[in-house]
Amino acid sequence: MDARVLIEGNDPVALPDGGPLPHWDKTVDVSVETVVKTFGTTPALHGVSLDIAAGELVALLGPSGSGKTTLLRILAGLDVPTSGRVLFDGEDALKLTVPERNVGLVFQSYALFRHMTVLENIGFGLHVRPWSRRPRRRDIRRRALELLDLVQLSGLEKRYPSQLSGGQRQRVAFARALAIEPRVLLLDEPFGALDAKVRRELRRWLREIHDKTGHTTVFVTHDQEEALELADRVVVMSEGRIEQVGTPDEIYDRPNSPFVFSFIGESSGLPVRVEGGGVWLDERPLDLAAGDTPDGPATLFFRPHDVEIGHESAGAIPVVVQGLRRHGGARRLDLEISGRRDRIEIDLPAGDWLNVSGRISVRPRRYRLFPASG
Amino acid sequence: MSDAIPLDLDFATGDRARSVTTERRPVRIALILIAVAFLTLFLLLPLFAVFLEAVRAGFGSYWSAISEPDAIAAMKLTLMVAAIAVPANLIFGLAASWAIAKFEFPGKSVLNTLIDLPFSVSPVISGLVYVLLFGLQGYFGPYLQSHGIQIIFAVPGIVLATIFVTFPFVARELVPLMQEQGTQDEEAALSLGASGLKTFFLVTLPNVKWALLYGVILCNARAMGEFGAVSVVSGHIRGKTNTMPLQVEILYNEYNFAAAFAVASLLALLALVTLVIKVALEWRFTDQIAASRRH
Repeated sequence: MDARVLIEGNDPVALPDGGPLPHWDKTVDVSVETVVKTFGTTPALHGVSLDIAAGELVALLGPSGSGKTTLLRILAGLDVPTSGRVLFDGEDALKLTVPERNVGLVFQSYALFRHMTVLENIGFGLHVRPWSRRPRRRDIRRRALELLDLVQLSGLEKRYPSQLSGGQRQRVAFARALAIEPRVLLLDEPFGALDAKVRRELRRWLREIHDKTGHTTVFVTHDQEEALELADRVVVMSEGRIEQVGTPDEIYDRPNSPFVFSFIGESSGLPVRVEGGGVWLDERPLDLAAGDTPDGPATLFFRPHDVEIGHESAGAIPVVVQGLRRHGGARRLDLEISGRRDRIEIDLPAGDWLNVSGRISVRPRRYRLFPASG
Repeated sequence: MSDAIPLDLDFATGDRARSVTTERRPVRIALILIAVAFLTLFLLLPLFAVFLEAVRAGFGSYWSAISEPDAIAAMKLTLMVAAIAVPANLIFGLAASWAIAKFEFPGKSVLNTLIDLPFSVSPVISGLVYVLLFGLQGYFGPYLQSHGIQIIFAVPGIVLATIFVTFPFVARELVPLMQEQGTQDEEAALSLGASGLKTFFLVTLPNVKWALLYGVILCNARAMGEFGAVSVVSGHIRGKTNTMPLQVEILYNEYNFAAAFAVASLLALLALVTLVIKVALEWRFTDQIAASRRH
């Protein structure tokens, strides 16, 4: 996934320097201990454990149905786990009601209060506090204006949500969540409803806000690009389980399972056989080390850009070129393994190899072997 | 927009620049005429006839018909019944819609179906049910009589029957809207620290206020106009348990057409006023109503 796009020039959502910011000293570490959640008889989470450090920005990444949103809702208190524990700073969070938990929630659909102005939306969390803890009206207003400035929407305080663009609404939703000085910020597909350009801008903007305010932040996404670019650590989930937790580099460069390898970034998986420390494609030995992969059938995974091509040679994978397409800044080769139906894809720098055709061979520079399951 | 698209296609000869999204002119005119004729015949003409008949014998007799004590008693009773039934169903409808749209619980679909019951049951049966329950020969009749409480052939019976018949109006307006709006606004409010009550009054209620008002208006119109169920439980005691629709029927059966239409015109006027209020509100708050439907 080399689509880490740089935004050029005058970034419309850069943060202002300085400016009065509210105090953010209450953010907590979060600990999830063997949380199980079943809806009726359908299991959604099978004993998930996860530790999140204070101030960390963590992405829950997975396909739909992987349980990532359920986990987020459990952290927020909107769902109750069937068993397991959730701790905020070592304190049992499951005993706290949603209002007591003091988490900032941002939804994909914004969930702004449509009958309130932008300013009223942002001040809502302070306005509804019990009388003894409620700031004065003037202070609520000042605070809301500060936050509006933080999210770069000064001047729009009297608008209604229906008068804002999607990106603006989501920034109001952020400001509203930040207003209550949340102990944890939880974002459910925060950029899912926005178009690609706004999404990239807001992604960078969120990173800056996070660096500035330092909230422990957990966000759910199915967009791996977003997760890898934004998060300190990525939690890859599948079918109610955590597959891998790691920094974006670890997740991308050292996937620990076939699922993570095929889910994160692009990859080809080729059925091979491991025998006596060697890797065999049918009856042909490949010039690859099997490492500690046990003997037996296995799957060879590699990324399209981690492959070198050459003329037919022993120890490489013999392929027949099926097609050559433009793919962003590169060219993509469609290849069929000689004598088999399997297809793989590899990327070449756009300038090279314009006339690749016929029989060639390819050799993965970087690869992983996983024993075939089942 | 349309001048950017060449419409001068070969097969579009005859009427030039024919729009591709509408029917031909004769078809359109025919459809419009049918609709207008239908409206005139079935809605406007009867309404017009009511007012015409009411003043046919002159304004003097019109005035005396509606200022007669029995007529005034009927008006008072009708307004009183509506004043009790509408708030009762407002509260019930709001509570039921809230429960159905925002929560999951066993028996939810049963409750949702039960709300429609008054729509599907004949009003006469709705009335008879109360006679069966509270009448002299009914289940609770003897007990009530021995304690000097009269429900059937008295105002409480009329109120009960009206509440039953107008039961679905508010809920039927609110449930679809609340379901469409989902629970995320409420979840956001809770996460921001609002209590359940504050969430309800600051978020849920404002989100549905226009649908609620609309439901109340319809509920009120029906409460004032209900005939069947009320007729069964009222006992038709002049000046005491006659609502306006019942009064109209009595006068009509006595061949006192002028008076019957005079009272009927008042009833029709109440309905018209209700509708005018509704249209005026919609016109005044178009933006807000649109905004409450979706962002």
